[in-house]
Amino acid sequence: MKTASKRFWLRQVTAAAAITTLAPLALAQEAPKSVRIGWAIAKTGHNAGGTAATVMPNYQLWVKEINAAGGIMLKAYGKRVPIEVVEYDDRSSTEEAVRATERLMTQDKVDFVLPPWSTGSNLAVGPTYEKHKYPLLAATAVTDKAPELAKRWKHAFFFLGTGAGYAESLVSYLESAKKEGKIGNRIAMINIADGFGVELANATRKAAKQHGFELVYDKSYPIGTQDMTPLLTEIKSKNADVFIAYSYPPDTMLITEQSRINALNPKVMFTGVGTQFPMFKAKFGAATEGIMAPGGVDFDAPAIKDYFMRHKASAGYEPDRFASTIQYTTLQVLQQAIERVGRIDRAAVTQEIRTGTFDTIIGPVKLDNQMLTKLWYVGQWQNGEFYGIAPSNRAGAKPAIIPKPAWKN
Amino acid sequence: MNLLDILLAGSTLGGLYGLIAMGLTLQYGVARIMNLSYGEFLIAPAFLAYLGVTAWGLPPLLLLLLVLPLGFVVQWLVYQLLLTPLVRRTGAGPALEVDSILATFGLMFVVQGVMMVAFGGNYHSYSYLSTPVQVLGSTVAANRLLVLGVAIALGLGLYLLLTRTRMGTVVRAVSVAPRFAPLVGIDVRFTAALAFGLGGSMVAASGVLVSMFLPFSAAMGTMFAMKALIVVIMGGVGNLMGCLLAGMMLGFAETLVATFIDPGLTLAVNYALFLGVLLLRPTGLFGKGAR
Amino acid sequence: MSRRDCLAWGAGALALAGLATVPRWMHNDYYLSLLISVLMYSVLASAWALFSGPTRYVSLATVAFFGVGAYTTAVFGESLPWAAVLLIALGVGVAMALVVGLATLRLSGVYFVIFSFGLAELTKQLVTWWEVNITKDLGRYVFVDITAQDIYWQLLVLLALVLGLRAWIARTRLGLALRVIGEDETVAVHVGINTTRVKVLLFTLSAAFMTVAGAIMAPRWTYLDPTIAFAPAISFQTLIMALLGGAGTLFGPLLGAVPLVLLFEFLSANFPNHFAILVGLVFMVIVYAVPQGISGWLRRRKHHGGGK
Repeated sequence: MKTASKRFWLRQVTAAAAITTLAPLALAQEAPKSVRIGWAIAKTGHNAGGTAATVMPNYQLWVKEINAAGGIMLKAYGKRVPIEVVEYDDRSSTEEAVRATERLMTQDKVDFVLPPWSTGSNLAVGPTYEKHKYPLLAATAVTDKAPELAKRWKHAFFFLGTGAGYAESLVSYLESAKKEGKIGNRIAMINIADGFGVELANATRKAAKQHGFELVYDKSYPIGTQDMTPLLTEIKSKNADVFIAYSYPPDTMLITEQSRINALNPKVMFTGVGTQFPMFKAKFGAATEGIMAPGGVDFDAPAIKDYFMRHKASAGYEPDRFASTIQYTTLQVLQQAIERVGRIDRAAVTQEIRTGTFDTIIGPVKLDNQMLTKLWYVGQWQNGEFYGIAPSNRAGAKPAIIPKPAWKN
Repeated sequence: MNLLDILLAGSTLGGLYGLIAMGLTLQYGVARIMNLSYGEFLIAPAFLAYLGVTAWGLPPLLLLLLVLPLGFVVQWLVYQLLLTPLVRRTGAGPALEVDSILATFGLMFVVQGVMMVAFGGNYHSYSYLSTPVQVLGSTVAANRLLVLGVAIALGLGLYLLLTRTRMGTVVRAVSVAPRFAPLVGIDVRFTAALAFGLGGSMVAASGVLVSMFLPFSAAMGTMFAMKALIVVIMGGVGNLMGCLLAGMMLGFAETLVATFIDPGLTLAVNYALFLGVLLLRPTGLFGKGAR
Repeated sequence: MSRRDCLAWGAGALALAGLATVPRWMHNDYYLSLLISVLMYSVLASAWALFSGPTRYVSLATVAFFGVGAYTTAVFGESLPWAAVLLIALGVGVAMALVVGLATLRLSGVYFVIFSFGLAELTKQLVTWWEVNITKDLGRYVFVDITAQDIYWQLLVLLALVLGLRAWIARTRLGLALRVIGEDETVAVHVGINTTRVKVLLFTLSAAFMTVAGAIMAPRWTYLDPTIAFAPAISFQTLIMALLGGAGTLFGPLLGAVPLVLLFEFLSANFPNHFAILVGLVFMVIVYAVPQGISGWLRRRKHHGGGK
């Protein structure tokens, strides 16, 4: 009996010794051929415009630069592993986005999935990410429900803030301008009849009441409106100090153009998504001076200047000054989290995203309850650049130009 | 908003709607083709104009003249190559309408897909003639006024063409009674192809004009096709003046609702008006009676 | 019922039972998702063919009812038991269809097509306006606790119901009346068939199924807004599928829905950049080569092969 057990234990010890010495060698040989990154974004359909402006060029730039350097550094294997992309078109359909995401996770079994553009699409794929335990870095979703969703979806991270955040920031900034006597208390507000517009308008109504502003015009317009003149003429007759339009790219252009033609000159003009796009600057040139919108960039920061240059070289056009920088930041966060963990371990990477501090183009980033709060809520075109102006106590904030210079026709 | 403002806003919007619909009313009224790809053939010249202005520095008005024959040829080819087999198969009866919807629906996907691949999903926009024009104290954009002008000119021009020339009478004959037209020696196929091509030139012109002031993307074709369809049906199929008038009605309805009721209901009123007209006068406001 | 009929119903029940077991052994989310899509479009195409097949009225109003159903879930999903939500969806769909059906009888041909499209858009605009101005809550979050398997089974039941209904109607006097109307409406009126009543009845039945289908599908999307719920693509795809398969026969719509859903999936997965072009080409081929749909083609082949 003693001999048998001794032999038994001897065998165990030898096996253990063999494993511990050989294991690192074995692991080193098992480095994956590539880090598989997948995305299902809108290449066609009504979300294609926003995707092309904010999402696609960033994803492509990120992959290109990483692979040019040899790949993502996975320190568990001591080597750089290149990224392999699996991409699909969700055709701007929620159903398709959900299915394509499922395909990426269960069929293609990619290592990480990057999300689509727009609040609706990000929310639609949220449950799928959560079910399969993939981190969701939502850079183009603005929703007041973000804190609640963060509790429900432990793998979801919201980088673009809540509607209430933007409205509160804008209105309180306006209040300080009011106290300085630069503007009166009359606000005219219009919003597109879509989630984004409605949420921001609701939040602004509350904020306006709290900060002592009067809403002299408060209407919504349907998606696809081709002529804003009736609304703008009404607004002009109300003598509002502040004109806020929570709009989307085509109507943002239309509103700006027709305000100019109709000589609508409020002291503060705030338009929506699209104001920050290179297309806006290209079309209106010097006339953009003084127009405010959500977002903003700290142009004096070298990291931002460098990013702009690289984006332009890669995509052929500049990034937008609202969600592009945030989108790129999420990619940097993901990359650094993977590199810190050292291997493909989604749980560890998710934990790192939740708790770590990251070095990004917008500075050091640390999430607060799965949300990014270090955001520019209001930006303004000044001298051909869209600088962040609110929150005014953030580093890099520029003082706003109020009143906005009148249109030159 | 005073009366003059409303008049200007309503008529420029109405002119836009009338203009984009005129080509379709010809195509449907004479050739009996419900062309669902119509909107794509409005967006394609818009892209051409964009390229012309931004890449080659050409003036949009020159492009406007260029697309007129180009649009004609393209749509004429579409008719000859794609739609003639359907015409033959259905004998130009009621089945043609359904079949043409389906075939042009497929064509719509193809053209839209090609534009997506070529230009991406981004919005494109350039400025031309976006200067304010003062009309009796009210302001209006020059490019929108141009659209109104062209719509009226084309409408009148085509109306005269249709009523005062022999070819025009032939076209009207085919439009009214395609089965009997051959009895008087009319080559229906030729006339239909001609009308289809003419519709093509008009939609191309409207595409260039629209590109002057509306940001557009490859995915917007369907919206224009639907708008055109509404105007065509409301005005009475095949009736050009009816088209213009129906467009005006819609434009004014939208402007009035936006000003006095709620801008959020503009499109709802559009569709409600359309449905209302269809229920009360199924062949359109100025329609010639059931086929 | 003849012996052939008994066999047919028996085979149908067996197939149904077989399909019902699928979620138990298929643990792959993606394939289940695909099957749900196939089922959804099978239901929609069959419901579409219920009305449009015999009457030859091409309808693009599918998504008007589907979207209303989805919204019912969004509004009542968290506060009422699920069965109640489905019943409300059914009720709303029926009410809407009655109003619309009674109003649109005079239209025919292309006018009906356009009208039905306008209806879908009008519904979308009205829901938008209501949400924006009255409830002040445009995007709705649907956090109903329903698994993909549940959705699969509900759709399966719905499919069985719609197919069963179509099969049953074909055997009744109503079915005969439908065939007469489809061949020549004027004759039908002269023979004494109350075409109005028949058309409205069918339209309402068809709409009821579409609305409930929408209510069942809504929980899959978490977030719903009018653009998502009333997407015209749903109407168009239902139309293509029913026409490809052949709207006149019982299984025709399925013959269209199944291959097309799979084809779209294949194209999406393998040609993401050229999907639209390929779909358009496929569609055009269908129109030119198989105008009567697959079932029509099969029927012609059977007649030719039978050497009658």
